[in-house]
Amino acid sequence: MSRRRVAVIGAGMTKFMHRALETPKELAWLAVQSALASNQLKLKQVDCVVLGSAPDAFDGVHMKSEYLSDGCGGWRKPFLRCYVGGGTGVYAVAQAWVQVASGMFDTAVVVCEEKMSTCQPHPQAAFLTIFDPITEQPLKPNLLWIFALEQTRYMETYGITVEEIARVSVKNKRNALNHPAAQLGAKLTVEDVLASEIMAWPVHRLMVSPTSDGAAAVVLASEEVARRVTDKPIWIQGVGWCLDTAYWTNRDLAYPEYVEKAAWMAYRMAGVKEPRKEINIAEPYDPFAYKELHHLEGLQLAPKGQAPKLLADGVFDRNGDLPVTPSGGLLGVGNPIAAAGTMKLCELFWQLRGEAGKRQVPGKPERGVAQAWGDLMQVGTVVVMGTKKPQ
Amino acid sequence: MSDKYPGTPLDKGELKRGKIFMTSYVPKLRYCWDTGEAIGRYLEELRNGRLIARSCNGCQRIMIPPRMFCERCFRPTDEWVYVKDTGRILTFSLCYVTWEVRRLKQPQIPAVIEIDGASPGMGILHLVKKAPLKQVRVGMPVRAVWRTPSQRRGSVTDISYWEPDSLNKEVG
Repeated sequence: MSRRRVAVIGAGMTKFMHRALETPKELAWLAVQSALASNQLKLKQVDCVVLGSAPDAFDGVHMKSEYLSDGCGGWRKPFLRCYVGGGTGVYAVAQAWVQVASGMFDTAVVVCEEKMSTCQPHPQAAFLTIFDPITEQPLKPNLLWIFALEQTRYMETYGITVEEIARVSVKNKRNALNHPAAQLGAKLTVEDVLASEIMAWPVHRLMVSPTSDGAAAVVLASEEVARRVTDKPIWIQGVGWCLDTAYWTNRDLAYPEYVEKAAWMAYRMAGVKEPRKEINIAEPYDPFAYKELHHLEGLQLAPKGQAPKLLADGVFDRNGDLPVTPSGGLLGVGNPIAAAGTMKLCELFWQLRGEAGKRQVPGKPERGVAQAWGDLMQVGTVVVMGTKKPQ
Repeated sequence: MSDKYPGTPLDKGELKRGKIFMTSYVPKLRYCWDTGEAIGRYLEELRNGRLIARSCNGCQRIMIPPRMFCERCFRPTDEWVYVKDTGRILTFSLCYVTWEVRRLKQPQIPAVIEIDGASPGMGILHLVKKAPLKQVRVGMPVRAVWRTPSQRRGSVTDISYWEPDSLNKEVG
């Protein structure tokens, strides 16, 4: 199949905030404008727009993408909305890659936006309908259940303790102290995390990412355009996505098969054969502390059940052998559902160009992987980016 | 450095003091969901005090909740299979927060319960009660506690909850 090479040439994001003054349109506008300004591309040079944003129930605005399109640069342009829960932030970039790699368009703006503060008193109520209306909703479940159930299964299967999991919160919130857009950067100890309120055992409050308002955007370009516009393009080397069954109670939750499948799809495309050796920096999805470890294993960056040990050994620290979530992640920067994954891609972009400031990982990383996850513990979305042009 | 990241965080105090304009809307949405043939039968059997599953000859799974097509083989499922109302906890949580974000003194115990008679790992979501918190564990045998026949309506809540089953042997 003939495919063109595609590079990320710009990135931008708003602060991630508990509640923003800005409307959804304004948040999108700020992120897109920031991404375009970072490489001086004008909106009229953008061929198409891809948007990711959560279901209309969260904002109470029907046909939300059409409502948002003005803020995305979508006025009178080819426009695509996509959504796979939290997986959206990386998925939208993968779908925009398809638009450009296919030869259909030369440039694309991808923006993901979320305003979770709108739904009162808490977006939990909007989440209720993710559960099967007949077999699950009568039990009045909430979103904490599925995370707690998955964490219990993961811990039980591999003999992992809450202390080992708490280390993820400590690392990511500390990393976030160096991210000026972060909502919840903090200096914590494992004891602090375990002293925090038990929401749904084994999940403690400081293991849970916040709800947030925010938007993040990247600009994609074909090789020809990238060459003209920047001397530091970051190439999209591989994309992958995979959806598992919605019958989540029929699955073993200890290991995310769908993340593994999405990862190999991206690695194969990128020519990566030994991910642990060939990936220099990873941004796995961390809505809850244990999920970073769970996902690292799905991403083939740690053997099953072993991610906690590697974390304890310092392998995943910013100056470790494989820095993980140097951005500070969802736990530290914030979690506006669709935008969080794109924030991770922005981070890889800045890290691979040496522009991450105080968060910069040492050693001139050449290749990174970003992964997001969502729906009813169902979807894995993966993008591999690097400084080397794909063959 | 911060002006690279636009956005205006709002202060909770400003909101309380009415310094920010806001409008609100409460939607009125009522849904009436069709059960389909498989879940229709599932609910009917629940009202009769029984759990029923569906088998697929392609992958040899006995599936609960039942379904008219197998999502893996992508073919119609084959037969109805009654399964037991006993099982084992595959995973659980002790949840102190409700979906309305209310705090609970006594936690709810949601669990995924592997059902005896269905395929291994084939679980359903339900609630565990009457179990001392320190004893709840993965692998714990449990059995359904049913509402009385006159209370049952054809709903997953016709099983009131699941309780520890001392009669059933724990799988190691």
